[in-house]
Amino acid sequence: MIRALALSLALFSAALPASAQENGRTEPPGEQIVAGLSRDNIGITASFDGSQILIYGAVKREAPEPKGDQLSVIVTLEGPLGPITIRRKSREFGIWVNTSSVGVAAAPSYYAVATTGPLKEILDPKVDVQQRISIPLAMRAFSGPLQVQDTRPFTEAMVRIREQQGLYKLETGGVHLVDDTLFRADFDLPANLTEGSYKTRIFLLRGGMLVDQYQSSIEVQKVGLERWLYTLAHQQATLYGLLSLALAVFAGWAAAAIFRFVR
Amino acid sequence: MQIYLPIAEVSVNIFTLLGLGGIVGLISGLFGVGGGFLITPLLFFIGIPPSVAVATGANQVVASSVSGVLAQLKRKAVDIPMGLVVLVGGLLGSAGGIWIFNLLTELGQIDLAVQLCYVVFLGSIGLLMLQEGLRALKRQKSGTARRTKRNQHTWVHKLPFKFKFRASGLYISVIPPLLVGVAVGLLAAIMGVGGGFVMVPAMIYLLNMPTKVVIGTSLFQILFVSAFTTLMHAITNQTVDVMLALLLIVGGVIGAQIGARLGARLKAEQLRILLALLVILVAGQLGADLVIHPKNLFSIESGTLQ
Repeated sequence: MIRALALSLALFSAALPASAQENGRTEPPGEQIVAGLSRDNIGITASFDGSQILIYGAVKREAPEPKGDQLSVIVTLEGPLGPITIRRKSREFGIWVNTSSVGVAAAPSYYAVATTGPLKEILDPKVDVQQRISIPLAMRAFSGPLQVQDTRPFTEAMVRIREQQGLYKLETGGVHLVDDTLFRADFDLPANLTEGSYKTRIFLLRGGMLVDQYQSSIEVQKVGLERWLYTLAHQQATLYGLLSLALAVFAGWAAAAIFRFVR
Repeated sequence: MQIYLPIAEVSVNIFTLLGLGGIVGLISGLFGVGGGFLITPLLFFIGIPPSVAVATGANQVVASSVSGVLAQLKRKAVDIPMGLVVLVGGLLGSAGGIWIFNLLTELGQIDLAVQLCYVVFLGSIGLLMLQEGLRALKRQKSGTARRTKRNQHTWVHKLPFKFKFRASGLYISVIPPLLVGVAVGLLAAIMGVGGGFVMVPAMIYLLNMPTKVVIGTSLFQILFVSAFTTLMHAITNQTVDVMLALLLIVGGVIGAQIGARLGARLKAEQLRILLALLVILVAGQLGADLVIHPKNLFSIESGTLQ
């Protein structure tokens, strides 16, 4: 038992060197995450209209559960990063015009956070900044020269719009923790998914501080006809364009011919 | 029933797309406009990314205009020589339009320019057509014969390079139709549409072509211009969604056939008034968007600032 603990400690310190202390971890890990995903890839077919992902796991302990602070779990699911532009309209000469904009170098196309309790209570702000857990921290640096003094209204608007589209969401209580050991989180992925690698992270916290974390990924890819068309459009653009035209001309001719026949 | 579109990367209801294509096809067949000025805003509305909507809209216009042209050819209502002259002008104008488009994009005001173009051109053309249509209808009701202006001689008839356009019954210089083509091509490239709604009134009022050949001839020109646009978008931006286009086309070609047959039964004046009302409606809607306080001052789009 003691040897096993020593071994896991040794492995752990080897895997996570000096930075472990700065990451908000206050003592050597007595608790570890063991987790799994209900699926590790999602295929986007023509009839794709959203998907569900179950992320589940358990807290592995080599010693009795520590007393004191409550155990909390946060699970995040993050889509591929991409640049976006946020624009603001204002009134010029009586009409509404886009007058200012802010570029974000990288924001996730999808970002969901599920927790066992309110983020304010279970997550220390310092840990949040280091790990970029809460939604406003999901976006990365600004791109290009900033045209505006205050970027906050812009980033807040971005989060608001994406929340309305179901792309960003915070589900307080979305993680079910049983007996401080077993946990599960369900995510409903919307139909307007972007292709790419979706990163899932699980954070184990006590008193706002990080105890352990786990990371894995889910591949979201177009399959079948969707894949074929997408590849053709990007790699054989001229051929694809001619194909689209041929299809249009044929459909137009066929419709005229059929109607003539019907009459 | 939902379908995931491979290029647009959104999931949309199949019947929504079929219905949308059908309505636009009906209008296209009825009035001889490509329907681009309707399909693009409608696609924005159901959540298709703007760049995909513009490119795929052009592809759908190809199909509905092929269908429309064939129906019009059967009725011998296409003036092919006239169509070719306008097409040459159209391609020239379109090249100039793309240059202006890029200039405005660099200035960061292309959205506004496009919207203003829609409001100003659609609005004024719609109002002119409505006024003319109503006047013609009133004349018919009161029983007085319609004044024919068609054989009047003006400065237009003194221009060189005269050519006999048999189907239109015109003996005029090729310069005015060429200029009409250039103007329409210019606007079409900036606004991302085929340009039928500008060309139809231009042919009627500026070239004095008879209404019955105007529709077929304008569709003939739109067919080639939109095919060119589709190919350019597919090659440079990869934004043509063939799955989306196919669904719009299936709805559209059926609508276009019904529209062409319905159009043959309606009187020219009635057609003109209906098209005028439609054009005014679209312009009014776009104009209102410019003036009314937007619900959301912010908008986001993927991609970096240039």
